[in-house]
Amino acid sequence: MDGVSFTLHAGETLALVGESGSGKSVTCLSLVRLVPEPAGRIVGGRVLLEGEDLLQKSSAEMRRVRGKKIAMVLQDPLTSLNPALTIGTQVREVVRLHQGLRGTPLRERVLEALRRLRIPAPETRLRHYSHQFSGGMRQRVSSAIALSCTPRLLIADEPTTALDVTIQAQYLELLKEVQASAGVAVILVTHDFGIVAAIADRVAVMYAGRIVEMGSTLQVFDNPSHPYTRALLRCLPDVGLKREQLVEIGGQPPDLARLPQGCPFAPRCPERQPICDETYPPTVPVASGHIASCWAVPGAKARASP
Amino acid sequence: MKLEAIGLKKYFPVTSGFSVRRTRGWVKALDGVSVQVAEGETLGIVGESGSGKTTLAKLFLLLERPTAGSLLFDGKAVADFGRDDFVRYRRAVQAVFQDPYSSLNPRMRVGQIVAEPLPRDSGMSRPMVAQRVAEVLQLVGLPRESPALYPHEFSGGQRQRIAIARALVTYPKFIILDEPVSALDVSIRAQILNLLKHLQEKLGLAYVIISHDLAAARYLATRLAVMYAGKLVETGECDAVYAEPLHPYTEALLSAALPLHPSARRQRIVLAGEVPNPVSPPSGCRFHPRCPRVLPQCSSQEPEWRAVRPDRFTACHLY
Repeated sequence: MDGVSFTLHAGETLALVGESGSGKSVTCLSLVRLVPEPAGRIVGGRVLLEGEDLLQKSSAEMRRVRGKKIAMVLQDPLTSLNPALTIGTQVREVVRLHQGLRGTPLRERVLEALRRLRIPAPETRLRHYSHQFSGGMRQRVSSAIALSCTPRLLIADEPTTALDVTIQAQYLELLKEVQASAGVAVILVTHDFGIVAAIADRVAVMYAGRIVEMGSTLQVFDNPSHPYTRALLRCLPDVGLKREQLVEIGGQPPDLARLPQGCPFAPRCPERQPICDETYPPTVPVASGHIASCWAVPGAKARASP
Repeated sequence: MKLEAIGLKKYFPVTSGFSVRRTRGWVKALDGVSVQVAEGETLGIVGESGSGKTTLAKLFLLLERPTAGSLLFDGKAVADFGRDDFVRYRRAVQAVFQDPYSSLNPRMRVGQIVAEPLPRDSGMSRPMVAQRVAEVLQLVGLPRESPALYPHEFSGGQRQRIAIARALVTYPKFIILDEPVSALDVSIRAQILNLLKHLQEKLGLAYVIISHDLAAARYLATRLAVMYAGKLVETGECDAVYAEPLHPYTEALLSAALPLHPSARRQRIVLAGEVPNPVSPPSGCRFHPRCPRVLPQCSSQEPEWRAVRPDRFTACHLY
């Protein structure tokens, strides 16, 4: 990822959309400083949580942030839960560590966390292992763990990709509800514009490690200003209407180790200009709170040559 | 030519015991399903995991034998097939699977992979085979030099094109598409869906597309069959089903699928509970524990499968 900036307020949902390899997951890992080293390093920038720069913290301080202030839900709950420990042990671990609770208050807190995600009969479910839960229930359990300490920020990385459509609908409703009641900010990583349209307040579209367009959900859907966003929205089949022909995006996503000099989308872009191959376009405002990085956006050229 | 399934059932035994295996029960993966596809048509089969859609695909591909019911090809039952009939069937009915990373053998060159479905005794000489391979690779839009390369040298979208070329090599009439775009990146999906549509028009193929992606199914399908817990709940002409779903499950499934625009955020029917355990499905209508419009008789009486409108079949007590 390269020069990604965004701001998120309490209770807000920001969706990071993009294809595989666009840098969505690395962005999330960077926020909690979990980018595997030495393969990757955060070479610059700041991550501010309530005014504090997380990149300046020691690893010990960072461990207290993760799970308490920032929590994560991953795509596949079967791999993110430990198969050898009961669900109770796994929820308890987090609550004890971050809240310092013991005994009955601890137990109460754990049950409350499970109840909040509507897990039926939590008292008996505590003693069960992850394989005894269905896919949808497992994702609720890992969300219960993530939300048990009432974090300020929840990072959900493709939380419903492994779920069936009706179960996905259940989960998204529940997530919205819990988010509203606890005032948690959510960063939702997804490649599904349907999910974005359903629950996000704002959207950031990523391509080849950068945010190419960001704005409120309505702004991005009604006035997509980057050719990549436009192409993505046009190339998807929609359940709501029958399309005669899908508009294809030709070519492949670029190889991140050999990014072209100019705009990485240029080789696939229907609106390519000579300048696109030379210089990466500046980020320009399209409307209030809506930005895009493209030479075709009015004002881009004026901004580049002051 | 027509491919027809009549009352297909497939039960898998649930066994216990180590040396003496005892059958404790049956997983009713498919419990009396009748569908048909005619030449040039596309049948979309949608449902959630555990609905039996993949089992149905396996039966169509002769990878499993049905427990009961029959599969008719061109009017002839597969159970009565002789050796020549099987050869003819396997040529006419081909498949494309979900994940092009696991459906292509990494140790074979693309040329070999694509030529593999051609029968040994087809009487084709090596140059003829090579020519046919080149033809189908061109049809799916792969470069000329592809036959000499290995699958790892291609991207996900291109691999799915190889899988499609392999399915086309025997001049099939029917292609079973099992989640053909689910494993692909969003920008690549449109390429593959368009290619499938284009090939269908050009070659007059019939497709059976199995998908949990209702949008992709809608894009290709002309007829739709909705499955739940091993049974059909509704069939009909695709646009009609999307416009006016009859069965409450179809309605919920369509409302759970997310439309592409935020202003289309609408009242969703969120189903409680989960897909039932196929070993002991609920009595009566299998959907009744989750059904928002359940009637008293639903838990005891199984609804009858019948036409409630012209060309619209459903099994539900509401009609």
